[in-house]
Formats: sequence, C-alpha cells, structure tokens
Amino acid sequence: MSGPRRGDDCGSIRFTFDGKELLARPGDTLAAALLANGIGLVARSFKYHRPRGIMAAGVEEPNALVTVGTGGRSEPNTRATDVFVYDGMVARSQNRWPNLAFDVGSVLGLAAKTLPAGFYYKTFFGSAKRWMFYEWFIRRAAGLGDAPSEADPDRFSQRAAFCDVLVVGAGPAGLAAALAAAEAGESVILVEQDSLLTPSLVRDPQELGPAWAQATAVRIRALGGRILLRTTATGYWDDNLITLSERLAEPGEQPPNGTAQRLWHVRAKRVVLATGALERPLAFAHNDRPGVMLSHAVRTYVRRFGVVPGQRVVIATNNDDAYLTAIALRDAGAEVVAVLDTRPAPAGASSGFPVHNDTMPLATKGARHHLREVSARVDGKIVRWQADLLAMSGGFTPVVHLHMQAGGAALNWDEASQSFLPGAARQSVTSIGAAAAADPVGPTPSPENPGKAFIDFQNDVSLGDVDLAWAEGYRSVEHLKRYTTLGMATDQGKTSNMAALGRLAEKQGVAIPEAGLTTFRPPYTPVTMGLLAGRTERDAGAHLRRLALYEVHQAKVPIWQPLGYWKRPRAYPQGTETLAQAALREARGVRQAVGMTDVSTLAKFEVSGPHAAALLELICATTVAKLAVGRGRYTFMLREDGLVFDDGTVWRLGEDRYLLTSSTGGADRMATHISYVRQFLCPQFKVSAVNVQEHYAGIAVAGPQAKAVLAALIGDEPPRHMSTTSATIAGLPVIVLAASYSGERAFEIYVEASQAEPVWAACEAEVIAQGGCLYGMEAMEFLRIEKGHLVVGGEIDGRLTPHELALGGMLNKADGFVGAAGLTRPALTQPGRKQLVGLEALAGTIPEGAMLITAPGQPAEGHVTASGLRVLDGGSIALGQLNDGFARRGELLLASSTTRGQSARVRVVAPHFYDIGGERYRD
Amino acid sequence: MMLITCSHCGPRAQTEFTYERTVDSVVQPDADPAQAMEQLFTRANPRGLDDELWRHTFGCRAWLVMTRHRVTHQIEAIRAVGPEALP
Repeated sequence: MSGPRRGDDCGSIRFTFDGKELLARPGDTLAAALLANGIGLVARSFKYHRPRGIMAAGVEEPNALVTVGTGGRSEPNTRATDVFVYDGMVARSQNRWPNLAFDVGSVLGLAAKTLPAGFYYKTFFGSAKRWMFYEWFIRRAAGLGDAPSEADPDRFSQRAAFCDVLVVGAGPAGLAAALAAAEAGESVILVEQDSLLTPSLVRDPQELGPAWAQATAVRIRALGGRILLRTTATGYWDDNLITLSERLAEPGEQPPNGTAQRLWHVRAKRVVLATGALERPLAFAHNDRPGVMLSHAVRTYVRRFGVVPGQRVVIATNNDDAYLTAIALRDAGAEVVAVLDTRPAPAGASSGFPVHNDTMPLATKGARHHLREVSARVDGKIVRWQADLLAMSGGFTPVVHLHMQAGGAALNWDEASQSFLPGAARQSVTSIGAAAAADPVGPTPSPENPGKAFIDFQNDVSLGDVDLAWAEGYRSVEHLKRYTTLGMATDQGKTSNMAALGRLAEKQGVAIPEAGLTTFRPPYTPVTMGLLAGRTERDAGAHLRRLALYEVHQAKVPIWQPLGYWKRPRAYPQGTETLAQAALREARGVRQAVGMTDVSTLAKFEVSGPHAAALLELICATTVAKLAVGRGRYTFMLREDGLVFDDGTVWRLGEDRYLLTSSTGGADRMATHISYVRQFLCPQFKVSAVNVQEHYAGIAVAGPQAKAVLAALIGDEPPRHMSTTSATIAGLPVIVLAASYSGERAFEIYVEASQAEPVWAACEAEVIAQGGCLYGMEAMEFLRIEKGHLVVGGEIDGRLTPHELALGGMLNKADGFVGAAGLTRPALTQPGRKQLVGLEALAGTIPEGAMLITAPGQPAEGHVTASGLRVLDGGSIALGQLNDGFARRGELLLASSTTRGQSARVRVVAPHFYDIGGERYRD
Repeated sequence: MMLITCSHCGPRAQTEFTYERTVDSVVQPDADPAQAMEQLFTRANPRGLDDELWRHTFGCRAWLVMTRHRVTHQIEAIRAVGPEALP
C-alpha cells in the first residue's frame, strides 16, 4: 500500500470533495482530511493545468486552492490548509474541466512551450487581433474559482480596539511575550491565525507543551488580555494601526450567531511580531507533483493530524530541521529510503538514516495522483528510489511582511540562513522568535533542468522562466515580477520570492540583498470582499435622508426617485396611469392652471454679516453686491479652473443677510466649497455661512394660477418675479421667493422643516381649489427642458465654461470670483469645444444620452443631455452639448443611441422652446 | 491609517478627515492668470515634506494645514486655519 494513510479512526465529521462523501476528525484542516482519505490530487495549476497536491500545512499553501460552501456562502480560492472541516462541508476543486482527474486544459501543460513567461505581455502588446483570438481560450482556461453569483446571507461586522501591546502569532514566543506584557500590567491582544495556540509545540513536542500553552492563555485572560484565534493580522498601517480578520465561522459554514467574519481595527502602542517562518521549497525538475511536500508540513500532518502522507519517503534538505521529519516519519511507521542533503558529509555521528551528501533531487516521476520515483545524482551516477513522498526543505524565511508594511526601513541579510531578518522599523514594532532569526542552511544548488523546476507554484513560474526574462532583458526585480507574474498570485509569493531573488542575483552577479526586494503589500492572506464591506453593503453605506414631508407624500403613493442621498416623488400616478402619463398630466396641469411640488432638498445657505456680499461675490460668478434688499437673481459657481460646477439663486433677505440656493446633488460639495472659501481663503471676513438645507422644507407653486394661490395663502400681494418677502401661512412664518424653474410664474415657500405639514396642507387645499395638482420630478424635468433651464449633472457637467452654457452675459465683469483667472485659459476659447444647444426631432423621439453624429459611422460631435417634449403641443425636444454648437443652428444631425438601439433625425435650435421672452413671469 | 491630531479635537483616526489639496495649489482669488495656471497645473509634488490642506469633515469640520511626509506619512506639524486661528 502506498500514498497518504491514517489509522483506524477515520473520524465522524462528514464532508464532500467534488461530490464524494468523506470523513474527517475534529480539528482536521481540509488538507489533512483529504490526505487522510488518500486523496493526493487536489487542484490543477493556474496556467498549465498541471496536477497539484498539497504542499504545505499553513497559509502559504500555493497549490491546494478549493471552493468551499454553496450558494451565496461559497468561497473560492480558499487554501485547503487554512480551512477546518465541519459537518456538511462541501468543497470543490477549481480550474478543471470536465473533472479534476481528466482535465482538457492539461494539454496546455504538454504544450507549455507555447505559454512561456511574458506570454500575456507579448499578447497584450501585440496586435489587437491576436488578443481577440486568444482571449476566449485564455479566459476559459486560466483561472481560479468562480465568484458566487448570489448574495452572501451572512453578516460581516467591524470593530475597533485599542491596546498597549498587540502580539501577532501565538507560538511559544508570542505567547510568552503576551504573558510578560499582561503581567507588567499592560493591556494585551494576542492573535493567532490557526485554530489552536502554539501549533508548533504539537508538531515538535517539547518540555513546554500544549498544557503550558493552555495555562498561559488562562493567565493572560485573567489579567484582562484578549486572545483571538482564527484571526489573521492582514495589514500593518500608519501609526500602529493593524487590521485583523477574524473568522467566526469557517468558509462556507453557517455562522452560529449569524456573523461570519469580523474586521478589527486595532490601534496599538506597541506591536510584537511573532509571526514565525515559512519553509522554502527546493527547485528541481517536476518538484510540483502531488506527493512533493514541504518537510515541516509533513511533520505537521504526522504529529498534529495523525496522517502519514507517504510510506516510502525521500527527504531532500539543505539544513538540519528536515531530519526531525525523518524521525517523525520513522516513528509513524513510514520508511525513509533516502535523505538527500546538499551539504558535504559531516564529521559527527551518523543520523541512522540513509543519507547522501552533496546532492539534491534531479527529477521526480509519477502518475496524476501520486509520486512514484525520485532520482538524484549520487557520486556522479543517477540513482532512483521508488517513493510516494518527497519531503523537501530549502531553509526558512522569517515572515517579515508586517514588519515591512510597518515601514521597515531595511531588512538585514543573514548569509548563514540565506534569509532576510527584520531590521529597524519606523513604527513601534519588534519581531521575536522565528520571525527574527533563522537557523543556518547549506548550499542550494541549481537544478539541471530549470524549465520544470517550479518556484512560484501558484502562478506556474519556473526557474527557467526567470532565466528567460533575464535573457529578454528584464533586469530589475520589479520587472522580473511583472514579466513572469512571479509572486503575484493569491499567495503573494510566500514560498517563491527567495528562490527567484537568488536566481536573479546569480544572473546579475551580485549578492542577494543587492538584487532588491519587491513591496510587501497587505493583506498578508486573502480576505473576502464581505469582510471589507462590513455592514455597509446594503443601504447602510449611504443613509437615506428622508424629506420632512415624507409621510405626506407616501400617503399619496408616489413613484419615488433616488436623488443623491434623498428620495423624491417622481410622479403621483392616478388610477392606472403610467409614469409617462402621470408626468405629462402633471406638467400640463402646471402649464394650464397650477401645480405644487416638494423642493426641500435644494441646497440652502444663509450668509450673514458685514462681509456677506463679499463672500458671495467670491463664490458666485455673477454680481451679488448690487442686489437690492428683497430681490434675488440666478447665479452659478465656477471651479478654480473656470468651469461651471453648480448653479442656483441668491436672495438678499436683509441688509447683511442673504440666502443662497444650489443643486440638491451638489449640496455637500457646495457646503465644502463655501466653507473652504470662508475658512481658508477669507478667514479675516466678518461673516457667517450656515448650511440650512435641512432646516427649511421647500414647496414650489407654479402655473398661471400660482399668483392667485399665493395671494390667498399669505393674504397679501405676492412678490414680483425674482423678489422675496416674509409672510405667514397657516399661522407659521415662511419665506417666499418668487422664482421659476418651470417657465411659469412661480413661488418657492420655505418653512422650518418641523412645521412643514400644515403649510403643505394649506398650499395643497388652495392649489386644488384653483384646479391644480401635485407634480413630481418627471414633470419638473419636462417643464425645465422646454424652458431651457439647466440642471447640474446634465448640461452643467463640470466641463463647460459660462460662455459655452450661454451664461457668459451674466458674468461679473469685476472678476475677483473663484474661477475668474482659470476662465482666461487659452484652451477654453479654442474652436471645437462643446456648446449648449437645443434639439428638435424631425420625427420620432430623441433618445436620452444619444450621441450627436452627422451620419452613421461618423464620430460623435456631441450628446443629448436631457430629452423631453413640448408639454402642450407634443413633439420630441432635447437639450444637448455640441461641438461649436452656437454656430450650427439649423443643421440636421442624427441623435443615435447604440445602447438603446434608437435614433432620431434632429435639427439644432436655440435651447429655449417655451416663452422665450419671459412674458409669463410678468404680472 | 494615520492618526491625525486635530487642533481642536486631539488625536483622531484618518477616516474622520478628508484630504483637500496641497497648499501650493491654492489659487488666491486675486491671483493673476499666469500665476493661477502655475498653481493649478504645475505643482511641486515633492518626494518628501509638503503642506497639505485637510478637513476634519466627520468631526469638528475645521480645516487644518498639515506638514506631512509624502513617502513615510510622518506628520511634522498641524496648524488650524480659519477665523479662530487668526493672530
């Protein structure tokens, strides 16, 4: 019998792998359980679809990526070594078709010469046609697991914490450090990515064993310390902030309390990194077969999980540690048929194993599932051993990822252990234990056949690929990485970087530290998107702001429309009306009688004080100071580069008191802009600028009967167009602004938001009495398009100057406003820039968002910003932006929307379709 | 994530703040066009210390000028701006 084996106790936990029902023992990782069930072939490699097994026993595993769970809980690309089996677990292999054992993609492996390093680069930079040809095959063949298509049903939470000392890694060193800090009276958090404390003491039993670990943990907790298992420190950020990802349930498992994972933000005074070290593989031909494993991993499977991964074992090493694996295997009943040691024969006593010095494996042979043979050159002759397991050790690399993320200024090269050790760091961080020192190793000879000697197993990069990149002129480590994709897989090169660096240094003829290092980026191990999203995934990310009159609208069952953080009524359909029918009825109601709508969401700022006008003259590109008390005017605002970014109205309520309104969607941006001008540019001003957006609710009343409605409401003569007055409605104080967006005589009534309902009710009663109706945003859109009024986000898209929006005549001649200097940029007066135009359809409907073209196939010369209709007469009209549009009135164009599959012939006209002279504003 | 010491609120997490712009890119309203172009489009972008304008948006909303190292994120100085910070 050969292959991995476990004793009689197969365990009682049921799980499936690729549909096959299997058993596991409590505490098994999926990798351990698969080995225990004799499964050697677990995955297909990313690029060449080579059969791969389990190489490691920890998070560094490059090969055994699986998908765990079903439906919305399924988690792709999970390392089989980093998931603990639970009852009912469903695990699947990835990147294979039709199945793992017979995979069509593996023919790519036979043709690997056609997919060398840099294949993607060469293809991307080649002709576009070449990429088009390859794309289908590449997308199908190269890949990881599939992202789940359903929403994750579980919760992901986030938590902040503070502590004196954060210890990362609960090995013997970390546990001792945590205890020392706790006993010194410091608040301590200790995190461990594994499911148990000091797993290394299980792998290598010592005097201080698991019992010591348990007692220490009890002591730390009693002193107020916190210990988190299954928790990985994934990132080390500025000012000693460390993010932790805590698993409260295993991947794919239904969480016992509904929360699957928790993201911690821990701000620590000091950080102790006891992150241990990772074993390096050795590079030789076909070192990636199932059955070739890291020596530490083999020992872990034997001692911790009771699984013996092979019965006839060859051990290949350049250090002493692998001999402990030989002992563990012998104790477990396996036969160590050879130990291949790269070092010369020692003078001391024999280890009792068949050791061959000065050698390392030449190649391996095997079937898809298992290893069969290992060969090596011994004293000049090739020797072959029948073996089902090869345990390899190329030395140990301290885990310095977090140290480097913490701003580790330098790593110190340690020639004896052939590894980088953490040096000084900018932040308050210390590395201890195996993360700070490594045992010496012997030489690591170059393989005879580098082409199949893999170093980055996950991205299928061999030493031969490094040589090829060098031959093609890639000299720096950064170029090597990008060209070969080395270290760019989900394992971030945990097992591959040192081998690649060694090869590169050899080619460059320099010492390894001179070859340079790539950046250690967070996260240390992959994190799921759910963890980062936390609870912001649904509407919690953007809280709904409710209108003061929300309940009033809701009672009328409107169609709601999201607008920024708000929802506003889009239309109030009656009976079986559609949106379009309701909106047209409402718009006609405004044109023919009177309508009212909620305009509460408009941005509103109250500016007062001796410098109120001066501040507004900076913010607005129009004159403000000349405004008489009780009067208002249209205004617009520029960015510093001279382009219009918002518009609104400004009203002089009193001698030193103004009200500025601007767009709903730009409200927060405008608040920041005003604050910036006031606080930073003009701190010496005596002025107060208060955001009163939500202080006031606003009601617009518009239509030929609006004046009569207002007169009845306020019991007085309503203000003239663009004038303002204070008044009383329903016994409540209001501000009335006579402004129009619809093109009809209109008023905006502002009332303190908490008192809006009685004012709304009084207005509604009067509007209905005058034969009017409510209208929503859709009708408002029809009305303003016909009138040619602009909307921020439509015509005002932050790319046009005032002149291009036909607002140039209103500019403040005195300059001095924000954007005045930017407006003089020569580029803004070049021909070919977009200008505001009106469009009318010769027939049919102008599609929203359509491109404006002269003929099919011609380049776009502009686009439709808003499409509407003549409210009373019918006929499709639109506003748009067109290159040199002002001079092109009368020209015929095609408004074509390929996304909607619609087009219409249009004539370029002036952007006003209704009451061009403004007759309807006059009393 | 940096720990930023707001002049009014003390040390707070960076998530409470928004970065606005570098101080050398601020265009004064009375700047002449050539000077404004320079400030808008050709900034110093030093690999080292720079003065930046930040705002404690999700805190006291005050504006701050922060002298920050753009590689190491080391904050050398923070000063408040606005009417209250005038001499």
